[in-house]
Amino acid sequence: MRAFFKSAVESRYKTPENLRVITANYCIALLPVIVAGVYAFGFNAFKVLLAAVVSSVLSEYVYERLMKLPVTTMDGTALLTGLLLGLCLPSEVPLYVPVVGGIFATIVVVHLFGGYGFHIMNPVLVSRCFLLLSFQSAMTQYIVDGMSMATPLSIMRNGGVPNLKEMVLLNPNAGCIGEASVLALLAGALFLLLARKISLVTPLVYLAVFSAFVCLFGDGPVSFNYLLSHLCGGGLVFVAFFFATDRVTSPVGALGKIVYGLLLGTITGIYRIMGTTVEGVSYAVIFCNLLVPLIDKYLAPKGLPEREEAEG
Amino acid sequence: MKDGLKQVFKGIVTENPVFVLALGMCPTLAVTKCAIDGIGMGLSTTAVLILSNVMISALRKVIPDGVRMPAYIVIVASFVTVVEFLLEAYVPSLYASLGVYIPLIVVNCIILGRAEAYASKNNVYLSLCDGIGMGLGFTVALGLIGLFRELVGAGTMFGVSILRSNAAFAPVEIFVKSPGAFLVVAALAALQNKLGLKSATNRKGKPKSGCNGNCLTCSGCPLEVAKGEDKS
Repeated sequence: MRAFFKSAVESRYKTPENLRVITANYCIALLPVIVAGVYAFGFNAFKVLLAAVVSSVLSEYVYERLMKLPVTTMDGTALLTGLLLGLCLPSEVPLYVPVVGGIFATIVVVHLFGGYGFHIMNPVLVSRCFLLLSFQSAMTQYIVDGMSMATPLSIMRNGGVPNLKEMVLLNPNAGCIGEASVLALLAGALFLLLARKISLVTPLVYLAVFSAFVCLFGDGPVSFNYLLSHLCGGGLVFVAFFFATDRVTSPVGALGKIVYGLLLGTITGIYRIMGTTVEGVSYAVIFCNLLVPLIDKYLAPKGLPEREEAEG
Repeated sequence: MKDGLKQVFKGIVTENPVFVLALGMCPTLAVTKCAIDGIGMGLSTTAVLILSNVMISALRKVIPDGVRMPAYIVIVASFVTVVEFLLEAYVPSLYASLGVYIPLIVVNCIILGRAEAYASKNNVYLSLCDGIGMGLGFTVALGLIGLFRELVGAGTMFGVSILRSNAAFAPVEIFVKSPGAFLVVAALAALQNKLGLKSATNRKGKPKSGCNGNCLTCSGCPLEVAKGEDKS
């Protein structure tokens, strides 16, 4: 079982030091996003982030202790998972939501599949979808100062025009904590790019294909503003740079990354424009995650270690 | 008498169709949203299973081997139709919530499986007891899974509110939706593997069935497990 999902990517994660550097880089890149989120949503956002991080780290530690596995808490992956999960939640959720989400992400999505590096879907987004299905009312009501607010995407769904300037700089009605400021997200992405921790191929293809999809099938009049609102609204930028580039759950080679971005853009477009919900990036990513082994099978560059077959 | 009781016990405990043989997973996943649905489905299946086992066992020397499957299906389908009409007339609420899964009892692999593996080879009395045992085992399993999902996913048991949502707790709704069924059944199989219990999903507990693991030529491994057990 453990070896079944062992991917070529996994070999890069063999040394814990290496992994620690990667997670540290991600945490630094997330700093502007966290600051923007906490600034826009207030102290509650901080509590949600803290709850998600503590629950992820603790559940990983307890699980590894109970199952008598080597304790890998110090590599920081659980911390990063918790942080990203917290950023994917609205700031006003009751605190049991990030706690349950952290446990689900680390134990069910990562450790039941054999630990970090062996999981087949992005733990954060799977956990977010789990929470969306589990605590629907808490997860989709965005409350600011006691008032229920409409997110940019739901404004657009109802035919309105969201405030684009607010969306890019700092939007108190953005929805999830991590979506507060597109600028902060781009700053973090730029840092990861300069540190050579992510590749630009997938996000660029993703955003390009999504833009093309919106232009072709969008429900509003095609204009620069409409397109930009779609790109900046919701979690698209966040997901494109921080989740679609995740090394464990995305293809290895450049060609594979292009195909992956193509799929992501199309499926996100289908979810957003034709789906019943206003947002669909998380579903799109976990769906495409499942296709990654197939993409890798045909498009991974030669010379990488072979994907191992299931034991027995 | 003793053989019959043994057969009933086997169906409920040692060869429980859901927990041990892993048969009939389709209704197990689909209709265990709440305990009442699970038990209703289990009892409907039990009724069909008892009737079809008795009928097939009684006709086992009449039905030619070459057309036994169509014959079984006709028998099972007739009983399912009877059960469906009865449910519609007397328990309309259950009929509404089970929906398409009632006619689908026809293709429930427990029923055809028991017909093929047991009723066609044993006498009427033993087949009757087998039907009762397997049916009740199925009912118990569906009821338990349904009860668990209902409690975790909606905070109720048999429709009675047990856990109320408040600031610190809310029912995990996913468990009463379709993905929840997969989570519960998978966790159950994992638990059985961990504890080394005998079950069709547990590799270690599976006795040699002589098929070398070739499922294409096999009429169903769990049944082979059951037959292998009979001889020992």
